[in-house]
Amino acid sequence: MQFFGGSEISPSPPVPTASGNNGHMIYMFNRNGVCLLYREWNRPLRTLNAQQDHKLMFGLLFSLKSLTAKMDPTSAEKGNLGVPQLPGQGCSFHSFRTNTYKLSFMESPSGIKIILVTHPRTGDLRDSLKYIYNLYVEYVVKNPLYTPGSPIRCQLFNTTLDQYMRGIA
Amino acid sequence: MAPVAPRSGDAIFANIERVNAELFTLTYGAIVRQLLTDLEEVEEVNKQLEQMGYNIGIRLIDEFLAKSNVSRCVDFRETADVIAKVGFKMFLGVTASVSNWDAEGTCCSIILEDNPLVDFVELPDTCQGLYYCNILSGVIRGALEMVSMKTEVTWIHDVLRGDDVFELQVKLLKQVPEEYPYKDDE
Repeated sequence: MQFFGGSEISPSPPVPTASGNNGHMIYMFNRNGVCLLYREWNRPLRTLNAQQDHKLMFGLLFSLKSLTAKMDPTSAEKGNLGVPQLPGQGCSFHSFRTNTYKLSFMESPSGIKIILVTHPRTGDLRDSLKYIYNLYVEYVVKNPLYTPGSPIRCQLFNTTLDQYMRGIA
Repeated sequence: MAPVAPRSGDAIFANIERVNAELFTLTYGAIVRQLLTDLEEVEEVNKQLEQMGYNIGIRLIDEFLAKSNVSRCVDFRETADVIAKVGFKMFLGVTASVSNWDAEGTCCSIILEDNPLVDFVELPDTCQGLYYCNILSGVIRGALEMVSMKTEVTWIHDVLRGDDVFELQVKLLKQVPEEYPYKDDE
């Protein structure tokens, strides 16, 4: 049973422009853990192979979501820690920042997760993530040649995404 | 930053790209006609329409969530309201209403007074068992499955069979929370 996408990843980076070097990487997962998209624009260090990297990222998000929901001081009902939740339920974290990068996250109620890793001084990227979700709908979901649940191989989506990332950086 | 409020069905319908209603109706009619010719059995056609609807629904849900900004519904009542008021309005341009809730709140009816799919349509005597709009039941089932709800959608009343309105019964079978998909062995 295969849990993640094929071994080849979307090839990497277009030529960085003067302003556009803020975005480092983007990941997109669906609710079953399949990595739909991974693109990188600026990633000097790679420690794991691609599949382990995706698995690690997905596992991290899964645990973080669970943890943030359980620690919510305003919510009345809480299940036991580790009980899986419906996507979108409870509060969900939207970013974390270290001294070298910032990771922004968005999850739709249908389980599509979009992760953007950028420069640490980036502002709130929630609107950008929503825009990327809209791009996903227009170029991928509406594409009849795309099978839902498989890695994204739409050239038009990749190009538009690259252009958008260069624009917001 | 405050979260964006969900947009109403009318607002989205006004902004979205639209196609000529007659083209839509006639295209759907041609599909059903062709299915009847290919499959010949009315039951088979019903099943095929539902399957087509399911395939549409699993993609439609993302478009719906992206354009309407609704956050996760708290319970099934809210889900049914959102489907009727925002969903149907956004995609078909008609408003539906919800009624006939059962005691536990897991089963309800969505009532459509007009339905663009059936303009100009009359069912002949040879096709009396056909659920002409069965694609809609597939769409709802597919879309809800992608938000972790397993449902069963059936037609209760159908104007093409002599009733006054279209009535769809949507029954929630269970909620399926997502599980961690990877096995623990590395």
